[in-house]
Amino acid sequence: MDFLRPRTWAEALDLKAARPEATPIQGGTDVMVEINLDKGRPAALLDLTPIPELREWSREGDVIRLGAGVTYSRLIGELEARLPGLAQASRTVGSPQIRNRGTVAGNLGAASPAGDSHPPLLACDAVVEAESVRGARLIPIGEFYTGVKRNALAPDELIRAVRVPVARGPQYFSKIGTRNAMVIAVCSFSIALHAAERRVGTGVGSAAPTPRRAVAAEEFAAARLDWRGRSPLDPDVAGRFGELVAGAAAPIDDVRGRAAYRTHALAVLARRALGWAWADFRAGTGADSSAGSGGGDDRGSQ
Amino acid sequence: MPSGIGESVPRPDGNLKVSGEFAYSSDLWLEGMLWGATLRSPHPSAWIRSMDVGPALAMPGVFAVLTHEDVPGERFYGLEHRDQPVLAIDQVRYQGEPVAIVAADHPETARRAAAAIVVDYEVRPAVTDPRRAAFDLSCPAVHPGGNLVRHQPVRVGSTFAAEVVVTGEYEVGMQDQAFLGPESGLAVPAEDGGVDLFVATQWLHVDQGQVAPCLGLPPEKVRLTLAGVGGAFGAREDLSMQVHASMLALRTGRPVKMVYGREESFFGHVHRHPARMRYEHGATADGRLVYVRAEILLDGGAYCSSTLAVVGNAASLGVGPYEVDNVWIDAYGVYTNNPPCGAMRGFGAVQACYAYESQMDRLAAACGLSPVEIRVRNAVSQGSRLATGQLIDSPAPLAEMLTELAAMPLPTDPAGAGMDGAGPDLRLLPGGVAQATRGEGVRRGVGYGVGIKNICFSEGFDDYSTARVRIEAAGDEPHVLVRTAAAEVGQGLVTVQAQIARTELGVERVTVAPADTGVGSAGSSSASRQSYVTGGAVRAACVAVRERLGALRAAHPELSLVEVLERCGPVEETREFRHRPTFPMDPVTGQGNSHTQLALCVHRAVVDVDVDLGLVRVVELAAVQDVGKILNPLALEGQIHGGSAQGLGLALMEEIQVREGRVLNPSFTDYLIPTILDMPPMRLSILENPDPHAPYGLRGAGEPPTLSSTPAVAAAVRAATGLDLPRVPIRPEDIALVPASRP
Repeated sequence: MDFLRPRTWAEALDLKAARPEATPIQGGTDVMVEINLDKGRPAALLDLTPIPELREWSREGDVIRLGAGVTYSRLIGELEARLPGLAQASRTVGSPQIRNRGTVAGNLGAASPAGDSHPPLLACDAVVEAESVRGARLIPIGEFYTGVKRNALAPDELIRAVRVPVARGPQYFSKIGTRNAMVIAVCSFSIALHAAERRVGTGVGSAAPTPRRAVAAEEFAAARLDWRGRSPLDPDVAGRFGELVAGAAAPIDDVRGRAAYRTHALAVLARRALGWAWADFRAGTGADSSAGSGGGDDRGSQ
Repeated sequence: MPSGIGESVPRPDGNLKVSGEFAYSSDLWLEGMLWGATLRSPHPSAWIRSMDVGPALAMPGVFAVLTHEDVPGERFYGLEHRDQPVLAIDQVRYQGEPVAIVAADHPETARRAAAAIVVDYEVRPAVTDPRRAAFDLSCPAVHPGGNLVRHQPVRVGSTFAAEVVVTGEYEVGMQDQAFLGPESGLAVPAEDGGVDLFVATQWLHVDQGQVAPCLGLPPEKVRLTLAGVGGAFGAREDLSMQVHASMLALRTGRPVKMVYGREESFFGHVHRHPARMRYEHGATADGRLVYVRAEILLDGGAYCSSTLAVVGNAASLGVGPYEVDNVWIDAYGVYTNNPPCGAMRGFGAVQACYAYESQMDRLAAACGLSPVEIRVRNAVSQGSRLATGQLIDSPAPLAEMLTELAAMPLPTDPAGAGMDGAGPDLRLLPGGVAQATRGEGVRRGVGYGVGIKNICFSEGFDDYSTARVRIEAAGDEPHVLVRTAAAEVGQGLVTVQAQIARTELGVERVTVAPADTGVGSAGSSSASRQSYVTGGAVRAACVAVRERLGALRAAHPELSLVEVLERCGPVEETREFRHRPTFPMDPVTGQGNSHTQLALCVHRAVVDVDVDLGLVRVVELAAVQDVGKILNPLALEGQIHGGSAQGLGLALMEEIQVREGRVLNPSFTDYLIPTILDMPPMRLSILENPDPHAPYGLRGAGEPPTLSSTPAVAAAVRAATGLDLPRVPIRPEDIALVPASRP
């Protein structure tokens, strides 16, 4: 197995073009586990950790551009106010040691249906910034996941960054695990209220071959929520929203849980999350809804 | 005596383990050593039509590829019954059974070579239903003698009718010991044709007694030294890589190291017997037990391992620590093609405890009594008799322990605690920071559990330990060396041995030598027995040394101790120590003094349950345990915490899932053990009612908390949900998917 260690981003793109079979490695929290379990051995590893710009994030207008090397720990510490859904999801990833190494881009590269960052990325309309020697392109998150552990990257492409809009309304992430920490999702759900557009974003994890949005639930809630009057949430609306989210899933029975439980749990999670988000919206709390000032730095690096 | 018994003496290896510097058996290394790897059966049951090792031997870097035909001596081994082949002979009986072994100059080469061996299997139907294995005469036999490994009845009295009767069927899933240090060791060929084996194990001499015959060598040519043990909990009682690495070392003339990977480890050791149990309890209207009937079915999997003793424990302790005059128990252990099961902390007693404690709660409800009151009314005490007729002849203050437990304050924070302006502290809610709830659906429950465990080996086993103690002058000070073959597996014996020597000899400087087979057997580091038996042997050897020193000092009254040692030379004594003999259970009635010591622990669990999602957070565990005499408070509390955590794990998450004989979750990704956020703070009360028959009055302490925490947690979840929950581990869907039967 070859170990490729580019020093610059340009060199990394050259290497990936020359060796499209190389597996990029950043935190190693997925790749190394697969190697250690002897589940296939990549012909080459492309180590992206030396490239400094990948470890930076910056604010560009209403979007956070999150470099592919920004760890979950930094995301939680530096971006919780602006990307609350993604920060909540990051907080549930593995252990502190894994959060110190793992990255959102790594989650995207692995594209496991159980990856914790996928539901908030879907709910927030994130965009993946992919690049190759042929140039850069932006992939809307809804088009990124193409199958179980498969994504829309071309063989010569690397993830440069993920662009996530700054929250303009309350966001929540919830997941089910059979213990209270360090657990892979049995199923997960994320919600984002895009208040200015009177729109609801959703993401469902670990309950279908790919992470996916619950589009019917989004449309139902957007239409039925009292955006103008901010009246309390009708429990029937919350319940129906939960059913529609559950209906968007296509879960299976596996070692972590039965399909029937996943469907049931998603309905509960979605009902609750809509309740929390709407309560925040009514109270004017949760993520900043005045768009933008957000507080804190406009960039970060390490 | 400073740092003598009763003091919280820190472990000599504690800092090394915390800082990652401790050398475990997997860290062993020798110049020029080879790496061993094991080819394992992918099938739970198959004939081996043929095997071609040629492709493996042809690989560069491969030094040896061995099959059953290469076993130099006996081809079978086993703890209680030698039914397990060193390498599969014409047949495999479980998924993961070793079929061939390889030595190569690189671990990956060894694995690739093992994978290159071509085995032609004829897959056979697997026997996977233990009930069928036990009772269906048309069931295929896993071994020639049939599938019943042991049936132990217990028969007392003749009254099997009562005013109040409760029945239940219960199930315990297959728990794993989940030690962190995988099976590993280093075999070094010796000039005398023997082998020196450095290995993490629980009993060096029982390994020696099995390895030497398989190698065709006399025991003195198979010398074992304990390597750093990364946890055991029973899983290292059976052999794993010991014979394999030795065979490869003897064949190649090179040191051979074997280290199982994590997934392989799940196939490389035995697990806790899963159990199916039917119970019927009869009582008077005021809750006094009249009779207990029970059928306990334990799935031993493909080989015998410790099944005989597991059945004996389940039968003899099957009614728990309660007085009852009429008992009808049938305990069965069977062969199947499921993974082999054997020793795990509290074996036999753990499974029965979950069932009889669940029954006691049902009985309490039927009689309108509290869970504590029903237990107090039926509690054993000194002078009571077990179901086996054995007299409890040392303190057993169960009623007092329960009363003390019930009087402990309950957590005052309500469910969903920690609310402040920023919202709830998610770590205090079921599901933790995964935020499945922010307080919705959370209900609190409280439950109690009581357990009784036999300490030391039972049923007539000649259970002893050997200690050699030497005192000499070193510099200007007396120095004591304690040498035994007892395995330090993390439990703290290494500290206790030195504490005993300090107390008995009044000498501060004590060294505990590495354990090896150069001294007599210490018996197993299991059955909560080492403080008792090896502690007793160390004390006996110290007393013998002290007596000789006394004579020497009397002859030289003008000299100090160091001067006496300098003039007369070192003083060394070796002693064996045995506990009181035990006796077999009558094969028809189960009667007999089968145990030497019994230990009690009681738990109270407080849980918060998200009843909509079935997620549980244990808020607090409280325990009262009688240990007779505290030797090391710090180590003892660690044992009780750890045992309680392992019992909590069995109640809520720990299960090897097996379908048609195949393990579905051989990893720590999917075999879940409690984390620091699952295991709550504990409230402990440790009692010291001495057992007059034991050294210092001590009582073995490692296993009892593993028994009672499981039923306590399960009872608390029942209290929170109103559900029956007749199976552990309790899965989220067992709570969340139950249709509207909840009160």
